[in-house]
Amino acid sequence: MIDATGLELIAQQVRDGVDDAAVVSATYAFGDAMLEIAPTAVHPVLEFLARDADEPFDFLSSVHGVDYFPDEPRLSVHYQLLSMGRQERIGVKVRMRLEEASVSTVTDLFPTASFQEREIFDFFGVRFDGHPDLRRTHMPEDYVGHPLRRDFPIGGEPVMFTFNEVKMPRWYQGRTHSNGGMEGHSGEYKG
Amino acid sequence: MSTRGSDREGTSAALEVPYRERERSITLEQMERPVEGTERPRPAEDAGVDTELFTINMGPHHPATHGVLRLMLTLQGEVVRELVPIIGYVHTGIEKSCEDQSYWKVIPFVERMDYLSYYFNAQAYCMAVEKLLDEEVPKRAQYLRVIHMELNRIASHLFWLGTSALDLGAISMLWYSLRDRDMFLDLFESSSGQRLHTRYFQVGGVIEDIPPGWDDRCRRVMHQMSSRIDQYESLLDRNEIFLQRMKNVGIVSQEEMLALGVTGPLLRATGHPWDLRKAMPYSSYEDFEFRIPVGTVGDNYDRYRVRMAEMRESMRIVEQALDGLPEGPWVTANRKVALPPRHELATSMEALIHHFKLVTEGFRVPPGEVYMPIESPRGELGCYVLADGSSKPARVHMRDPSFVNLQSLEPMAKDALLADLIVCIAMLDPILGGIDR
Repeated sequence: MIDATGLELIAQQVRDGVDDAAVVSATYAFGDAMLEIAPTAVHPVLEFLARDADEPFDFLSSVHGVDYFPDEPRLSVHYQLLSMGRQERIGVKVRMRLEEASVSTVTDLFPTASFQEREIFDFFGVRFDGHPDLRRTHMPEDYVGHPLRRDFPIGGEPVMFTFNEVKMPRWYQGRTHSNGGMEGHSGEYKG
Repeated sequence: MSTRGSDREGTSAALEVPYRERERSITLEQMERPVEGTERPRPAEDAGVDTELFTINMGPHHPATHGVLRLMLTLQGEVVRELVPIIGYVHTGIEKSCEDQSYWKVIPFVERMDYLSYYFNAQAYCMAVEKLLDEEVPKRAQYLRVIHMELNRIASHLFWLGTSALDLGAISMLWYSLRDRDMFLDLFESSSGQRLHTRYFQVGGVIEDIPPGWDDRCRRVMHQMSSRIDQYESLLDRNEIFLQRMKNVGIVSQEEMLALGVTGPLLRATGHPWDLRKAMPYSSYEDFEFRIPVGTVGDNYDRYRVRMAEMRESMRIVEQALDGLPEGPWVTANRKVALPPRHELATSMEALIHHFKLVTEGFRVPPGEVYMPIESPRGELGCYVLADGSSKPARVHMRDPSFVNLQSLEPMAKDALLADLIVCIAMLDPILGGIDR
């Protein structure tokens, strides 16, 4: 497994191999190595780690989104890389502000990222530039908002039945735009 | 569509195309690999019969899709030319709901993700929280966890075996394997009180010690199972129909599987001996001797053989764990994390306070984030937990193997017959509760 020194070496390799500004920080906690990189450097850094590094990580085991709200920059995408040969893992994460929530896709390097990037797009609203088929996975295709953001309310969505449909005319058109991807769901039911 | 909130603005051009309009058939010009044999000359009146492509929905309510999986198929005659899985029909927002529960109340939620391997979900989550808390799990609890996980692996594989054979027309296999799965559910009921979604694992250990006589019962079940697996293999392995429909069907190369992130029996069937229990042992798996079954070709038959062999290996692990089951506590002594024993509540004020704090607020977890992968019956099950210092997790995410493995269905079943697609889905063993979460 990678230790704190090994992580520093990898971070230095990335700085040398890709760009000096690519690595934001390298943290070693709970026995896990995590590299934070700049949002613009996602594709080159993952390509470097997967192919050109001295000890490449050739398997992408997981991609997932995180919302660090109320910290800024709040949105984040985590990539969990794995080297099956050396049995080592390294996490790579990017953090970005809500207004510029987009990173380049890594589906050309790791086809496995396709579904998982779609899932993050669905739940967090992070756009993956160059993704061949960026559609929602879990939520309905005409759904408005990104439910796994921290400021999206739980249970704020009124359930429509025949008996209360008349009380909320044109409920399906959504409401005013507010921040946080909550547009369309004011969270209250005005009966 | 365009007036539907500002959320759509700024999306890439592909998204601007209305969803329904993208659900169209591919044309013959886009085809990469024409079907072998269709080039042969045909009578004039038959021309064009098997070159017509049409799109058909398989599912979401189709008995052979093992849940509410919807596949949009483009068929040329009986040959699958394009396959798009559409999921989300049982999305219940479990990950979102977890953020509103204190840590110990999350366990029943995550158990309901992959509803056939609930012990594994609980294990991944509990291990992630234990890692954040830096909490040591007693040896006996680790062994009990291993025993229950391996029993669960066999039960899950039995369900896979029954439903897969059912898809191939071997109905009796379903009754046999579900009958045997009941023995495992009886064991779960005996140790935890529940047959499904047991909530037996908890942060710091397990909820209760096994009752007296449980290990003898478990040994009897293991003994019975070993001859039952022989029976199943004798039923299936010489069944000419079964073999012909399994062998050399759905071959995907190892490189493609790795690129698609596939793990578990599907990857091992291609000959890659990757198993997290061996590669990165957790919960005392390093104490047990077992082998990793691998295939050679990577077809559906190998996937079947690998899972059958895995059941035998799991039985070996259970027997070793029962033999070596250490005495001692089954849950951590840290009262800040685990509930005090019931009898202490009547005599100890401190125990009462701890009990009250744990039940009302739950324990607090220091800020941090971990990704904890384990080997579930379907592959790498990773649990990501983000703690913000409060008593509720800020994010719980499951990297579910079914979700990732589903991407390999297209290379498996493309340019194969529709009937082979059914076998491929069965051998993929997707659990829609895990895919949709």
